[in-house]
Amino acid sequence: MTKVKFIILILFLIILFPLCMVFGSVDIPAEQVVKILAGADVENEVWKVIIIESRLPMALTAILAGASLSVSGLLLQTAFNNPLAGPSILGISTGASLGVAIIMLAMGGAVTALGATYYAAIIGGAAIGALSVLLLLLFLSTIVKSTTMLLIVGILTGYLTSSAISLLNFFATQEGVHSFIIWGLGNFSGVTMNKLPIFAATSIISLAGATLMIKPLNALLLGNRYAESMGLNITRTRNAILLFSGLLTAIVTAYCGPIGFIGLVVPHIARMIMGTSNHTVILPATILSGAIVGLLCALISVLPSKVEVLPLNAITPIIGVPIIIYIILERKRLHYFN
Amino acid sequence: MPNNILSATDISVGYHIKKKEKVVLSHLSLSLESGKLTCLFGANGTGKSTLLRTLSGVQPALCGTVMLYDNKNLNSLSRIELAKIISIVNTDYTAAGALSVDEVVSLGRYPYTGFFGVLSREDKKITDNAISSVGLTHLRNRHIATLSDGERQKAMIARALAQDTPIIILDEPTSFLDAASRIETLSLLKSLTREYNKAVLVSTHDISQSLAQADNLWLLTSDKKLICGKVADIIAEKSTLDRLFQGRNVTFSKERLDFIPN
Repeated sequence: MTKVKFIILILFLIILFPLCMVFGSVDIPAEQVVKILAGADVENEVWKVIIIESRLPMALTAILAGASLSVSGLLLQTAFNNPLAGPSILGISTGASLGVAIIMLAMGGAVTALGATYYAAIIGGAAIGALSVLLLLLFLSTIVKSTTMLLIVGILTGYLTSSAISLLNFFATQEGVHSFIIWGLGNFSGVTMNKLPIFAATSIISLAGATLMIKPLNALLLGNRYAESMGLNITRTRNAILLFSGLLTAIVTAYCGPIGFIGLVVPHIARMIMGTSNHTVILPATILSGAIVGLLCALISVLPSKVEVLPLNAITPIIGVPIIIYIILERKRLHYFN
Repeated sequence: MPNNILSATDISVGYHIKKKEKVVLSHLSLSLESGKLTCLFGANGTGKSTLLRTLSGVQPALCGTVMLYDNKNLNSLSRIELAKIISIVNTDYTAAGALSVDEVVSLGRYPYTGFFGVLSREDKKITDNAISSVGLTHLRNRHIATLSDGERQKAMIARALAQDTPIIILDEPTSFLDAASRIETLSLLKSLTREYNKAVLVSTHDISQSLAQADNLWLLTSDKKLICGKVADIIAEKSTLDRLFQGRNVTFSKERLDFIPN
């Protein structure tokens, strides 16, 4: 049964991917898309550029970002033993936002003028911001032993960071604020073909790191005391989990902006589909479901308009909120809550 | 396996709060016997859980050492070594509702499995045995969430069995259970001591059932002394059990084998 479900998930991915290649602001016939992807010559060079330089990297980014955020959420939910934990709750993506805010507002939002350097600075700012919050959390975790308290400290750190962002916005130029707001809406189209290798490599390495944690993650399902009594080093495991989930969030936020709900909701989707909390099953299922949700969001974002791409953070709540409400209403019947 | 598997002489247990010692219990001497069911009684707040945590190696004694049968200091062991000697059962909330009985019990093999936790044939055999020892074979593929509280606790006991340790320490394992499950759990624990020669230490408030089933008793009295002895000896000396709840309006009745109102 588990195998069948995995095959269905993979099929979903295989169906969604070509849809993301075909749909977009420009109508390109499906057989031309196939030709372009196969590397054959086509009559319209512009189509080739659109597919190779825009739609292909966007779809691949959506897959990687969806999977990364979802795994980050899964790690946090297990480590904090809290079904509502997620990358945006711990202040990690807010930290990334602060980093970006500092860069953008300091540079006054002159995006086009500075080009590639500017872009690199934004990614650097996001990564440094996210990692700073992460390091702060790791440091606080040596003082705050209770997992719930650490979660609250994370939420508070997020608030503090948001307030710093608001203050920065207050003093910034209008262009700076504008480009920061645009970045904050989230999109998968910022990763171009030449940026893709670094994004892909870092997220795949972090995803691989997360899969090395399957055994301790399963032990943590029994709670800290049982896990400890079976020989698990709680502090080291928690630090490793924070590190991997922080890295996954930092990478995605740096390239795509702060994206809400995917990290929170997808682990639940995976658990509901697979009917288990066993990480041997739900970790790969979360990667697949995250990739599917990522592609779905990317597809929805290009569907309604011929001109502009919808912001991701306008789409993810539409998918996420109904699922969370369903989970809350059904929590007595969902085995993984009881 | 020698008779006294775990012992301590004149130890103090407690916490470090801001580098200051907070002694909860002091001058405790005890020894835990293999093949015997030992029940620990004590009023709430006397420090039962602190004592159990110290004996299970989670926190070191403030003074003195807890020794194992081979004269090893309990706290000198690595986490994995310790996990192969002592397993625990408590009533902590677990997020294991969507794991099957089989999966939860096989987690007990944690200290023996490799990096990815893949079970060997041997591990699977031990898991099967543990499940059948607690009588849950017919429920082995069911999710934990679908079990009754009593069955859940049996699954956790099976998990401790799968951990294959000579000592099992249980902290109030029956506190949420109905009367029938309490009796079943205690007799299950007793049968495990006989079948596998394990030392089983249970803290419980279930006085009458424990007196009927236990071999040894440890009493943490209201004046914070630890009295250890065989059940028959402790019952014979009437005033001993009364020291559990001094100053409260109850006395121990030998006829009822339980406390009754004054």
